[in-house]
Amino acid sequence: MSGQTAAVAAHEFFRRGEANEEGWSLLIGRGRDWEHAYRDRWRHDKVVRSTHGVNCTGSCSWNVYVKDGLITWESQAVDYPRTDADRPNHEPRGCPRGASFSWYTYSPVRLRYPYIRGSLLERWRAALARASDPVAAFAEVAADGTYRSERGRGGFVRADWDEVSELIAAATVHTIKAHGPDRVGGFTPIPAMSPVSFAAGTRFLSLIGGHTTTFYDWYADLPPASPQVFGDQTDVPESADWWDSSYLIVWGTNLPITRTPDAHFMTEARYRGQKVVVVSPDYSDHVKFADDWLPAQPGTDGALAMAMGHVMLKEFWVDRRVPRFEDYGKRFTDLPLLVSLDAGADGAHVPGRFLTAADLGQDSENADWKPVLFDAATGQPAVPNGSVGFRYGEEGKGRWNLGLGDLDPALTLHGRHEEAVEVALPRFDVGDGPGGGVMRRGVPAIRVGDRLVTTVLDLMLATYGVARDGLPGEWPESYDDASVPYTPAWQEAITSVDRRLAVKVAREFARNAEVSGGRSMICMGAGTNHWFHSDETYRAFIALLLLGGCVGINGGGWAHYVGQEKIRTFAGWQTLAFALDWRRPPRQAQGTSWFYTHTEQWRYDRLRPGHFATPLGEGLFAGMTAMDAHAKAVRMGWMPGLPTFDRNPLEVADEAQAAGVDAAEHVVSELKAGRLGFAVDDPSAPQNWPRVFFVWRSNLLGSSGKGQEYFLSHLVGATHDGPLADPLPEGERPSTVNWRDDIPRGKLDLLVNVDFRMTTTGLYSDVVLPAATWYEKHDLSMTDMHPFVHSFNPAIPPPWEARTDWDTFGTIARAFSKLAAEHLGVRRDIVATPVLHDSPGEITQPRGEVADWRAGECEPIPGRTMPNLTVVERDYGAVADHWGALGPLAEQLGATVKSATLLPDHEVAQLAARNGRVRGGAAAGRPSLARAEHAAETMLALSAVTNGRLAVAGFRSLEDRCGVPLADLAEGAEETRITFQDTQVQPRRVITSPEWSGIDEEGRAYAAFTINVERDKPWHTLSGRMHLYLDHAWMRELGEALPAYRPPVDHRLMMAGGRPQDGDGTPEITLRYLTPHSKWSIHSEYQDNLHMLTLFRGGSGLWMSPQDAEAIGVRDNEWVEAHNRNGILVTRAVVSHRVPEGVCLMYHSKDRQIGTPRSVIDGRRGGTENALTTIAMKPTHMIGGYAQLSWSPNYYGPTGSNRDSITIVRRRTQKVDY
Amino acid sequence: MHVKAQVAMVMNLDKCIGCHTCSVTCKQVWTNRPGTEYVWFNNVETNPGQGYPRQWSDQARWNGGWELDRKGNLRLKAGGRIKKLLTIFSNPDLPAIDDYYEPFTYDYETLVDAPLSDLDPVARPHSQLSGKPMNLEWGPNWDEGLAGGPEHATADPHLRDMQEQVRMTYEQAFMFFLPRICEHCLNPSCVASCPSGAMYKREEDGIVLVDQDRCRGWRYCVSGCPYKKVYFNHRTGKAEKCTLCYPRIEIGQPTICSETCVGRIRYLGLVLYDADRVQAAASVPDERDLLAAQRDVFLDPDDQEVQAAATRDGIPRDWIEAAQRSPIYDLAMRWGVALPLHPEFRTLPMVWYVPPLSPIVSTLEGDGYEADPDDVFGAIEHMRIPMEYLANLLTAGDVEAVRGVLQRLAAMRSYIRKREVLGETDDELPGLVGLTGPELERMYRLLAIADYEDRY
Repeated sequence: MSGQTAAVAAHEFFRRGEANEEGWSLLIGRGRDWEHAYRDRWRHDKVVRSTHGVNCTGSCSWNVYVKDGLITWESQAVDYPRTDADRPNHEPRGCPRGASFSWYTYSPVRLRYPYIRGSLLERWRAALARASDPVAAFAEVAADGTYRSERGRGGFVRADWDEVSELIAAATVHTIKAHGPDRVGGFTPIPAMSPVSFAAGTRFLSLIGGHTTTFYDWYADLPPASPQVFGDQTDVPESADWWDSSYLIVWGTNLPITRTPDAHFMTEARYRGQKVVVVSPDYSDHVKFADDWLPAQPGTDGALAMAMGHVMLKEFWVDRRVPRFEDYGKRFTDLPLLVSLDAGADGAHVPGRFLTAADLGQDSENADWKPVLFDAATGQPAVPNGSVGFRYGEEGKGRWNLGLGDLDPALTLHGRHEEAVEVALPRFDVGDGPGGGVMRRGVPAIRVGDRLVTTVLDLMLATYGVARDGLPGEWPESYDDASVPYTPAWQEAITSVDRRLAVKVAREFARNAEVSGGRSMICMGAGTNHWFHSDETYRAFIALLLLGGCVGINGGGWAHYVGQEKIRTFAGWQTLAFALDWRRPPRQAQGTSWFYTHTEQWRYDRLRPGHFATPLGEGLFAGMTAMDAHAKAVRMGWMPGLPTFDRNPLEVADEAQAAGVDAAEHVVSELKAGRLGFAVDDPSAPQNWPRVFFVWRSNLLGSSGKGQEYFLSHLVGATHDGPLADPLPEGERPSTVNWRDDIPRGKLDLLVNVDFRMTTTGLYSDVVLPAATWYEKHDLSMTDMHPFVHSFNPAIPPPWEARTDWDTFGTIARAFSKLAAEHLGVRRDIVATPVLHDSPGEITQPRGEVADWRAGECEPIPGRTMPNLTVVERDYGAVADHWGALGPLAEQLGATVKSATLLPDHEVAQLAARNGRVRGGAAAGRPSLARAEHAAETMLALSAVTNGRLAVAGFRSLEDRCGVPLADLAEGAEETRITFQDTQVQPRRVITSPEWSGIDEEGRAYAAFTINVERDKPWHTLSGRMHLYLDHAWMRELGEALPAYRPPVDHRLMMAGGRPQDGDGTPEITLRYLTPHSKWSIHSEYQDNLHMLTLFRGGSGLWMSPQDAEAIGVRDNEWVEAHNRNGILVTRAVVSHRVPEGVCLMYHSKDRQIGTPRSVIDGRRGGTENALTTIAMKPTHMIGGYAQLSWSPNYYGPTGSNRDSITIVRRRTQKVDY
Repeated sequence: MHVKAQVAMVMNLDKCIGCHTCSVTCKQVWTNRPGTEYVWFNNVETNPGQGYPRQWSDQARWNGGWELDRKGNLRLKAGGRIKKLLTIFSNPDLPAIDDYYEPFTYDYETLVDAPLSDLDPVARPHSQLSGKPMNLEWGPNWDEGLAGGPEHATADPHLRDMQEQVRMTYEQAFMFFLPRICEHCLNPSCVASCPSGAMYKREEDGIVLVDQDRCRGWRYCVSGCPYKKVYFNHRTGKAEKCTLCYPRIEIGQPTICSETCVGRIRYLGLVLYDADRVQAAASVPDERDLLAAQRDVFLDPDDQEVQAAATRDGIPRDWIEAAQRSPIYDLAMRWGVALPLHPEFRTLPMVWYVPPLSPIVSTLEGDGYEADPDDVFGAIEHMRIPMEYLANLLTAGDVEAVRGVLQRLAAMRSYIRKREVLGETDDELPGLVGLTGPELERMYRLLAIADYEDRY
């Protein structure tokens, strides 16, 4: 060249090296040997595949790097099996949180040894010395109980595994003996993220008769609308299916933040022509990707959805009819089903229950369970196949399908109606309270026998306010008529979303569904699901999808993303986790109601079921609190309540045996005589307290515990002022549940936490056991977001004294058995379980009527009008042997999943060969489960998603019932067996299985309900169709038979009755309090990780608008206190114009053990974001015994909704004191 | 013509989800050690915002990069050797630790060790420099997601001349993310600033490095780099910077930040350029001509003359093939959708960016009821991110250049949508944005399907 560049010329005078011939590229005299420095840093010894077992849907496969025996860092695996050439692949899946995980391995927050509070250890040792028997010693320690008030206050000492194992075992044996096995319980969430670690403890608890606790509903991640509409817990498209969508509304889920590894499918689908619409109150990370942003006020999403439904119904179902939509509606939805119109007050009718075959006078099997439609071909009512009445019994064999045969369902009766009937319908935007008011609209009706009936579509049109000729009632004039629901102008006043934008998006959404064959999708999640009335909001969303024929279509449908519910290897996990291979049934508590009861939140709860009843209701909730409703649901067999009875179930069984009567009969007669009671009727009585509780894979007290102060005060018993709320005054207390004036403070005799880091749960526990991290153990991982199963593997062995969860509970089981053999021996246990969904129990309480045996409305019949009662024999000395081996019921009874039966006889033999047989003991000869790899291998072998033989066999068993071909869906994979070793080599794509509703095949993304739509397999609902209408008496009582807009819960009700906080005249502001998922943590995991703390201000703060900040004189990053009747949060303000006025956001979840100062208000440590929340239970979520409205763990039940809160915020003194 | 090879990167900001995975994996691998606590070779900034270190792009304050002297010759903005000599012990252009942030940690051990007391134990923040308790007031990503927007985002240097137009209000809110690494410039001012000759640009692949043996810790590279991507290790007393993961590049692996990018926004590849044209390109008088001048430095790897010259200049055959397969040339040159970061710094940066599309501001033209439901995309003129803002970032203020790129992205979406949803081919659209249908298709595959081997 041609001269030097300026770069060299400028530093020529200083340079000691030589320029090369180009001048600007310098070769240093000594050469470039120093470059080895960075190469040496990169150099490593091995790379091990593992993942992160936190409660997120990531399930990302990672490479963990090891150098000199130490974990150094991690990076994402990029070897996922590929999609076809025209779709983006999955690699790399991960996020910054996972990328920072290795920091924990050697961090000072890591638990290296077992810990126990020193004062408890002293008491224990002293008692042991006196008693010389551990069980008696623990009885003495528990009776003293003074250690409870020391929980949470530090003072841990390093302990010895053997010593604390004996303590835990003694506490458990003592509790079973003195109080009953159902006073022992545990909480561990989300098996999909590490089913082996989950099962380690639940298997132990199930064998001893303790209870496990549901989590998906408790986390409010369960969308109750899913069981209500689809009859399934949740089944959604994997993220790769977003690629197939050509119109995507993101509504309450922040895809870049909470679906970080998957967000690219959305950003990439935009280039394929997908339009993205985001509905969000704040301008957050996902709004960046929107083509249109609809900034709806928090909690008003249902109003917007209803208005969009108005537009869709008017333009696509009335003004113009779309053949594809109508065909879909006839085949897959309840739109054509006939509903009775019952005479109501003032001459108007009210929608009643479905017309059934029994109403037609048919006496076929299960006639009450077969809804009816109007056949346009014959002009007569007709009974279609596919309803739940065909799912059980002889007559239904081969007829449980959605084939219509010659039937031509009439969607509307308009034009063939005999009468135009005025109906009274609920609306919730007016009226004095949450019950709202009434609107009058007309429907076309005919008479069938003595009943006046109309169709669900006709009721939908009336509800949404879409007028048709000749129908009476008040109808909106136009889209601009804001006076009545549900027009675009009406929603504008509620949501702040421009009416024109609402119309535009509704029209585009429907039009896209029309021209694309249903490829319109709505992604929804915590932002819209964590509300008290989320089910109604979701049903309004799902209505849009059903009206557009989008569900069960690749690229269409509902895409609910919050929580990690999808344990793909369901059958194998269930068998191991609940020890179904040895004992059935297990005890399972419903999380929300269990915590509501035992943290005594029911004593403070001002929300009564009757508040939400429509004026059109019959007063079914008169005099009831939510606790009364729960107690009723328990005794009617709708929901579990644990502990079950007010006596030790082992003793009740002994009594029956001594009296020589059947145990179930004995329980019924004792209950009737009032000599035996349900524990839920007197939850504060010491004999009804939970006593021993295990928490593992969870930070219950620092993250998920809604109503943190109630947990700490009443369940844990920490010295603490507790919540600021006042208990209910006389006159507002439960009418059927006993009120004791002494509120318990500290129910648990022993709280055990297993974790690899110290969290608030650990701080408040008695014993903390050091767990192996996710880079130190074997386990499995899977999610609904991708179709793969892959594995955890130890990059290093657990360091210090850490143990894997499998090892930990094996240790505890052995210590337990040693003491239990002598103290307990073989006992009979009476287990009460609710009538279950997906079992014949779901058709035990017909017509959606509520019949309470205690009120004399029916006889108490176990398994029909009250819980099932089963005697289970427990050999307590053999628990450890059983825990460590696969029991004989695995192949004798197999597993039934959603009506498909899997009998793994061949597999059990294979497992015995592969894992080895147990030598000696109570499980001699059985396949070993001694090691975590054995458990993983067993789960894979026993599940249809990973075992092609079982998939085909399961589909064949389903074919017998359905009468449609299904087995071919899995036949191509019949020889496939995914073993644990396979998952170690590479993530493996699962097999289409009757455990799920979608089709996993090459070149196609998983989309839920494609089997239903493509194969006419019914949904697991009353009608076998997707339900817009829910006719149960309690649903109608709440005015929720159809989708409707219900506003957020009135905080004047919810927040009443708290002690006023002296603010010294400090300005305060009341804000809607939102707790979205954080960008820097997964719940409380990673929020203490130094990398995450560094990347955002040392942890989450309270985000608020500049206007609200100014109102209380607070600047960005200044300390504030947020308080309400439930507790106090101390944090810093994050002032941003991204946030609308009137709203504050506290990202979930900042645990209080990091950087949380004392509160000025009460001098105590500030709380987590859940210090401001509380549990509120919706009565309709307790319904049972009625098809899809039946209990099943993590399937249906009250949710721990937390979004309806408000908080009062003030600036505090800026000098903070820790 | 003097052909040289350079490893270059393109980041598609339109796909960036702002997750910071790149930052964390980079941090864990490279700067997770004493002396570099505050150092992020890769960081991600929210725009509008101040960035890291604060207001790094404001060269009126930092005097980084190059400028033209009165004769039109390039010179370091910070001044020549005389000035350096005079200020060698008190460099006025050097950012202080507070301009980055004071690194902190927590006394986590107290959670386990705390004795029995009245309150539950808590871990408090402490400085990693002094070990003392500290009050957190700034960090490497303090204004993430518009946090503190009214206070901090208004001080974003990219908002120059836009204060009247852009207000930090809810109604006008917009943001996007900007991941940044060392630019590995063709005309690196850091190299030129080093008094010790410790910095160099590697002959074979253009990676810019600080020789850890020769560095004397003068820190003129820190101030000379207009992107503030050279850092001072206070433990070793030497400068360190992004190495473009050469230990990985050398064995055929992409950089850590690229491979771990879950937004799949990063493209890495070899480009060929003409070293003879570098100085001229950096010296064009009008800043708005810099983009075109910089593009003119790149050589078409499919051109037989270029190939012959490359061979003559010692570039191996497989490197030439790599340049032909490189996504960088496609994005930056063939389709012109990638733009350099602050071309006006005249360093010829080698990390380019595809600008982001953004939501339509919620003002409906006319009556929304009448909108055609088959025509779902809004006009780029109505997007929330002001084009002037992107122009200040990527084109030295040339709004038309930004508009042209956004039009191509929007056209690609419409073109593919018509085909995928309506089954129609729009023959006119590609021509309107200066491309052909097959070119739009190829662009779509590279940006949307973006297979691993196509990205790197």
